[in-house]
Amino acid sequence: MHKRIKQKIVFIVLRLLGILIVGILLWILGFIVYNGAEVINWTFLTTAPTEGMTAGGIFPAIVGTFCLITGSVVFAFPIGVLSAIYMNEYAGNTWIAKFIRIMTNNLGSIPSIVFGLFGMALFVNTLGFGDSIIAGSCTLGLLVLPVIIRTTEEALKSIPDTYRTGSLALGATKLQTIWRVILPMAFPNIITGLILSIGRVSGETAPILFTVAAYFLPKLPDSIFDQVMALPYHLYVIATSGTDIEASRPIAYGTALVLIIVVLLINLLATFLRKYFAKKVKMN
Amino acid sequence: MKKLRKITEQIVKLLLTVNGGVTSLAILLIIVFLFKEGLGLFKNPSVEKGYVLCVNSANNVERLSSYEIKQIFDWKTTDWNEIGGNAGTIAPFRFEEIFSLYSDEELGEDYSLLPEKLGEVIAKDINIIAYIPQEFFPQNNNAVKILTSENIRFSDFFGGTEWLPTTTPSPQFGVFPLILGTLWISLFAILIALPLGVGVAVYLSELASERVRKILKPAIELLAGIPSVVYGFFGLVVLVPLVQRTFNLPVGETAFTGSLILAIMALPTIITIAEDAMRNTPRAMREASLALGATHWQTIYKVIIPYSSSGIMAAIVLGIGRAIGETMAVLMVTGNAAVIPSSLFQPIRTIPATIAAELGEAPVGGAHYQSLFLLGSILFIITMIISISAEFISRRRQSKGI
Repeated sequence: MHKRIKQKIVFIVLRLLGILIVGILLWILGFIVYNGAEVINWTFLTTAPTEGMTAGGIFPAIVGTFCLITGSVVFAFPIGVLSAIYMNEYAGNTWIAKFIRIMTNNLGSIPSIVFGLFGMALFVNTLGFGDSIIAGSCTLGLLVLPVIIRTTEEALKSIPDTYRTGSLALGATKLQTIWRVILPMAFPNIITGLILSIGRVSGETAPILFTVAAYFLPKLPDSIFDQVMALPYHLYVIATSGTDIEASRPIAYGTALVLIIVVLLINLLATFLRKYFAKKVKMN
Repeated sequence: MKKLRKITEQIVKLLLTVNGGVTSLAILLIIVFLFKEGLGLFKNPSVEKGYVLCVNSANNVERLSSYEIKQIFDWKTTDWNEIGGNAGTIAPFRFEEIFSLYSDEELGEDYSLLPEKLGEVIAKDINIIAYIPQEFFPQNNNAVKILTSENIRFSDFFGGTEWLPTTTPSPQFGVFPLILGTLWISLFAILIALPLGVGVAVYLSELASERVRKILKPAIELLAGIPSVVYGFFGLVVLVPLVQRTFNLPVGETAFTGSLILAIMALPTIITIAEDAMRNTPRAMREASLALGATHWQTIYKVIIPYSSSGIMAAIVLGIGRAIGETMAVLMVTGNAAVIPSSLFQPIRTIPATIAAELGEAPVGGAHYQSLFLLGSILFIITMIISISAEFISRRRQSKGI
């Protein structure tokens, strides 16, 4: 009897912990949605900040974040996918593949601020890009490279070997097999990985602090060598060091909400696509 | 045609091979750039570049360490005999003071007479120590000598207890409080997150119905997806005032606040990995335990948790890794005071926050800039050790497989 009661108490506590997790999430989201909802409107999304960032909108920051997403994807997506193809289709289980896998894992565990330092030393100073979209995109690209490689590798691994041997038996070369059979099948999962990495890029602050982000820059970028504002950095700036922190609080709430919506929508999209394609594969 | 195809195959293979090396190359480059800049710090003199410290030639002190210089100019060390000289009250003299002793006319056109006047001042006082720009050093005055300036030493950096990178004449790069601060709040974050995380993992893997899992799993994923700067903002406007009010503190930006935020951020990592490990417990072990008459909880406590202990260990290690490297959230809620922590409820400063806060103001290539890269190198080494040990732990788990 005694141990039954003990079990009951423990299970209630565990259940409460589960509720606590959801509670924390709702607390954070609710707080930001509640305070940010009244700030967001069309003008907020389409105008530049004014009056020392205590009024106006966040349009340049949205555009900047979009530039950084595009830039880092252009940089990291091809490299990541090709690396994964090499690891899974060519290197197999050799020591090279193991070594690359360990290196990829290690790259993924490096803190984002270290990427910021590295980006500043290599892209901004040594290669002379200056604070620019290209420097920031390369830094962010390196940061998400492990994500893309890992998801692509998982996607390739999930394809049964019978497809490979079948294609090869029909006389196709290895390259043809990869291009015509493997990649089309892995495509949905690869895209899901890509979307997840976009979510990551759009929320990172530390890597762009010293490689691209501008404190206040109302004009839009003309070339990839321009600085831009970015949503996460903008939130950091107006939350901690604006000219009038109290007056810019509503803007901060609005920015946080936009940022959260962007990141969560991207994550939801990835989840949805994963489920959608999984269903489609099952039906085939 | 066939030959062409074969050549293409070979070219593509080569291309892919090169590509496979990109991550390794990236790590190599990160190491090279971080350590090259970082180790450059020890080639800097302990006195700021372009400046010299002069004393009267009659003074028998030849060299001073970085810390001694700082103590003198802070009026903490006041007598020459404390640092190996003859007794006499030290008279620190900063360059700017010359302008209150002499008028602009006396200093001549374009300050051409300035070195001469500086020489006079130093020659007059046997106990003086003057901090002046090299270009105004009185060359022809025998009564003045330059103190041999030492380079910044390893022990100044790793053993120093003060982080004052912009103080003159001798900036202090004592990294000790920063390392301690980083470990301090990461440790407490894990202490908070561990029972919570493992509890939720047990709940998810053993108790939760499919319907509950469908709510809880995405919630954890969302928690992992929220950008760190949003956590920082939330901490700043909600947790900081809350902590301040609850514990009746002068400021709410404390190590404890940072630990709270870090705990929330580390939760998804811990839960996901720990749950994975628990789910891998073989069905036979579970059923054997239940068949022996153990309750469900006893089975969890005595069989499942011990079985998945290395998975939980890996979860802890990776959670610490996440906490140590976290920058923005910590920067926004911990108050950033570079002191050796003595309690949880005081402002604190971590390595990543220091880099983020100061790199923007440090002149490129200077000692301050290089010291921040050295901090980055330390952070890099710590996270490498963590990631490798996590790999080691989870590999042991695989080979243990029953």
